[in-house]
Amino acid sequence: MAKKYIENFLRKQGKPLVTFISRLGELSLFIAKSLYNCVTPPFYLRLLGKQMIDIGFYSLPVVGLTTIFAGMVIALQSYSGFARFGAESAVASVVLISVTRELAPVLSALMVAGRIGAAMAAEIGTMRVTEQIDALTTLSTNPFKYLVAPRIIAGILVLPLLVLFGDVIGIFGGYVIGVYKLGFNPANYINSTLQELQAIDITTGVVKACVFGFIISLMGCYNGYKSKGGAQGVGEATTNAVVSASILILIFNYIITEVFFSK
Amino acid sequence: MSDTKIKITNLKKAFGRKVVLDGVDLDIRKGESLVVIGGSGTGKSVLIKCIQGILVPDAGSIKIDGNEVVGVTEEQKEAMHSKMGMLFQGGALFDSLSVWENVAFGLIENQKMPKKEAKLAAVNVLRQVGLAPDVADLSPSELSGGMQKRVGLARAIATKPEIIFFDEPTTGLDPIMSDVINDLIIESVKGLGATALTITHDMASARKIADRIAMLYKGKIIWQGTVKEMDKTDNPYVCQFIHGSSKGPIKVEV
Repeated sequence: MAKKYIENFLRKQGKPLVTFISRLGELSLFIAKSLYNCVTPPFYLRLLGKQMIDIGFYSLPVVGLTTIFAGMVIALQSYSGFARFGAESAVASVVLISVTRELAPVLSALMVAGRIGAAMAAEIGTMRVTEQIDALTTLSTNPFKYLVAPRIIAGILVLPLLVLFGDVIGIFGGYVIGVYKLGFNPANYINSTLQELQAIDITTGVVKACVFGFIISLMGCYNGYKSKGGAQGVGEATTNAVVSASILILIFNYIITEVFFSK
Repeated sequence: MSDTKIKITNLKKAFGRKVVLDGVDLDIRKGESLVVIGGSGTGKSVLIKCIQGILVPDAGSIKIDGNEVVGVTEEQKEAMHSKMGMLFQGGALFDSLSVWENVAFGLIENQKMPKKEAKLAAVNVLRQVGLAPDVADLSPSELSGGMQKRVGLARAIATKPEIIFFDEPTTGLDPIMSDVINDLIIESVKGLGATALTITHDMASARKIADRIAMLYKGKIIWQGTVKEMDKTDNPYVCQFIHGSSKGPIKVEV
């Protein structure tokens, strides 16, 4: 009786662990297969171009809006905070550092994860449940090369560009508030921004963007590719793609920051 | 030289504890149209997917033209697929591409045919399956179920494959459209001189397109023969299935 109880208990506790390990193995194989197919021919350049436009060009409004308001908020908050210590002049540098190192990469990536990660999972998931992926295979076309590789390469290449755009727009948001609301001299504000600007600020943001771009595309493709069932399966894949990408973005944001700035 | 195109020996496939194929043995001759019949969930689609390498069997052997296809590399599989065409149950047309791009997919991506030439070829194949050239630029979502099946058939035969698979080709179609699709299948297969493997539970379709019929039950081929032999057989499983009777040895799990 006691033996059976212990067996049942261990089975119940062990099942999630086995599932977790098996998913981790599945994901590792998927990553290995995706990376291999990203660097071996044939390359579908037309599809890569289409993905770059989808991920990059069509995300510009979302990234622009997000980063401009983030820059504006940082300018307002830092001004009211620093006013207590008479350090209002530091607003420009705080906006610069916050936007380039953290806000532009993280907020852009989260917005793109919502917009593109979900769309990738839904599109590939629908292709999976309607046998379109099997059809690709029967037409002698490797689905990893045709569907996954262009999305992953586009994610890695385009997100840094989006983040650079977000950097400019975010700093501009801080400038607008600094000059038109807080009464800074425009020339002084621009000068102190340029003086504080260091290569490491931009580099960190770009490195983060590359990693986040990979994570977004990978999670979108993986969840879509593995989706099962019908509409419900595709719905779950979409949710999982966005949630897992968002969590991984925040985790890797910390890890990259630690690598660059820990002393 | 043997005239066997596909030779399946002791093929086994299970999903977890559910055994789907339990030692399938089946030979398909060159140029023959073999129809595999069987109830829903008996593993007919799994059989086709194993032959195509979409699913990996747990055990057994599949030989095409005498060459083993189980356990081959991705590159070898791609080469093998260039000999095959498939009409999927739901069409499986790429909805991001137009009708002609679907039909010409294999020609453009694998045979590297220039797009203009591929479009002309696609329009010709569409004409063969009874579709007007103006359908070519439509999106698959703008087509009816019967038209989607025709486009799927056109895509399957566009590369002139040696082997064509038909997965429930008439499911979801009205009887007249089913007959039209059956005629097109016969024309396409005979026209190309291809070997065809069809899975269906539509007996009218099976009778019309089959040179030979095999019945799959509980993961095994339990009977095979011509249509005439099928009508004369006293095999209780086959008799129950072809007459669509609820009484007999096949128990439906409800």
